[in-house]
Amino acid sequence: MSETKKEWPLWEVFVRPRRGLAHSHVGSLHAPDAELALRNARDLYTRRQEGVSIWVVPAAAVVASSPDEKDSFFDPAADKVYRHPTFYQVPEGAAHL
Amino acid sequence: MHFRSLLQAIAGNGHCCNTEHVYGNDFNVPDEVAGAGLGAGAPGGPSHLLDEVAAAERALREAGAARVADPGVAADGDELLRYFDAVIEADQKIEPRDWMPDAYRQGLIRQIAQHAHSEIIGMQPEGNWISRAPSLKRKAILLAKVQDEAGHGLYLYAAAETLGVSRDALVELLLAGRQKYSSIFNYPTLTWADVGAIGWLVDGAAIVNQVPLCRCSYGPYARAMIRICKEESFHQRQGYEILHTLAHGTPGQKAMAQDAVNRWWYPSLAMFGPPDADSTHSQQSMTWKIKRFSNDELRQRFVDMCVQQASVLGLDIPDPDLRWNEQRQAHDYTQPDYTELMRVIKGDGPCNRQRAAHRHAAHADGAWVREAAAAYAAKRNAPTTKAAA
Ligand SMILES: [Fe+2]
Ligand SMILES: [Fe+2]
Repeated sequence: MSETKKEWPLWEVFVRPRRGLAHSHVGSLHAPDAELALRNARDLYTRRQEGVSIWVVPAAAVVASSPDEKDSFFDPAADKVYRHPTFYQVPEGAAHL
Repeated sequence: MHFRSLLQAIAGNGHCCNTEHVYGNDFNVPDEVAGAGLGAGAPGGPSHLLDEVAAAERALREAGAARVADPGVAADGDELLRYFDAVIEADQKIEPRDWMPDAYRQGLIRQIAQHAHSEIIGMQPEGNWISRAPSLKRKAILLAKVQDEAGHGLYLYAAAETLGVSRDALVELLLAGRQKYSSIFNYPTLTWADVGAIGWLVDGAAIVNQVPLCRCSYGPYARAMIRICKEESFHQRQGYEILHTLAHGTPGQKAMAQDAVNRWWYPSLAMFGPPDADSTHSQQSMTWKIKRFSNDELRQRFVDMCVQQASVLGLDIPDPDLRWNEQRQAHDYTQPDYTELMRVIKGDGPCNRQRAAHRHAAHADGAWVREAAAAYAAKRNAPTTKAAA
């Protein structure tokens, strides 16, 4: 890190809209450091109280599942219908199942 | 749909993009448009348009549930194109790391970037009035609106960056005048009433243009547009309220409001781009579900909305030939001066030079802040010898 890059790094922004909900991705922004990324995220993505909590993550630190959003990576789950309760026949008379 | 026609379109349009992609309007040819959205001539207003935004958001979630057959890892060019086509056909979204035709990518970069530039330059005409707003309330509202426009610019730059272009490159293109922004922002704001007219007419036209983009096939652009359109309706209403207050004030205030509407009406109509008949651009944007309605369809829609709203204001739309056409179930109206539109786009509008100079100055004035922040971050990130001890 001997040289300062000209462009500020990119940060991905995640917002928890309300208590009880998970953070979800809302967009990205450029900032020189984490502190300013948080501040900028507040000003950019929560001007109307859209959140109660913000995460900022350096975009370069995100590891993604596959080079695109296709299904092949998730294929192993495709033929395992027995993971869903609807796969099973409930005998007549059995309650609370 | 039409894998072959898509291929032909790509083959025939290595340069399908044009330089008039500004403010969410890419100046394309008309097409039969099926499906939901702004049916030409249907009744509507801001709340109706907000419903459209909500519907687009629902559709975005629902369409994602269906799975389009995956071409597999080793797919060749044809298969990738078929998959791309199938995803769009199923009204699903193309996401950043998906394969996409180069013309789709380049066309979107240009359109989204120029849309972003419009939001950024668009802060200037109203920014002029922040220090002169007639009350603290109006000043706070105007500040919030102009800040929103900065936010819109940033959402859009971020969406463009997902296509592989850098922020610095986009900023550079704007500063160098090599990418355009909407011609509307090259008109001056002479009085306080202009702030009202911009909110009502300019933001109003932007909403009509941009609501269909909430259904755009490119995910990051569609999501940014949903966010933007939700915020725009506040912009339009605050402008309308300013005009309503002035129009019901002193005769002098009413005259000021009328004068602003007189000056902003035709430039606002021109925001939708040249008439369909003169539009020589490809249908590619329609095929790819980026654009969904023609310029004239959107312009007509805007006129029909404004007539009723103007009557509530008690102000006149400056068009002696404006009248309801029973047959068409729409208003006949006078077209804006498209020669003027082209002249302003090419750089010869009332404020082009001023807008560019202001952007240059703002960028230069901010340089020390950017440098200081980067230096501070570098200093904090630098491994210190003490830390190792
Ligand atoms: Fe905006
Ligand atoms: Fe706006």
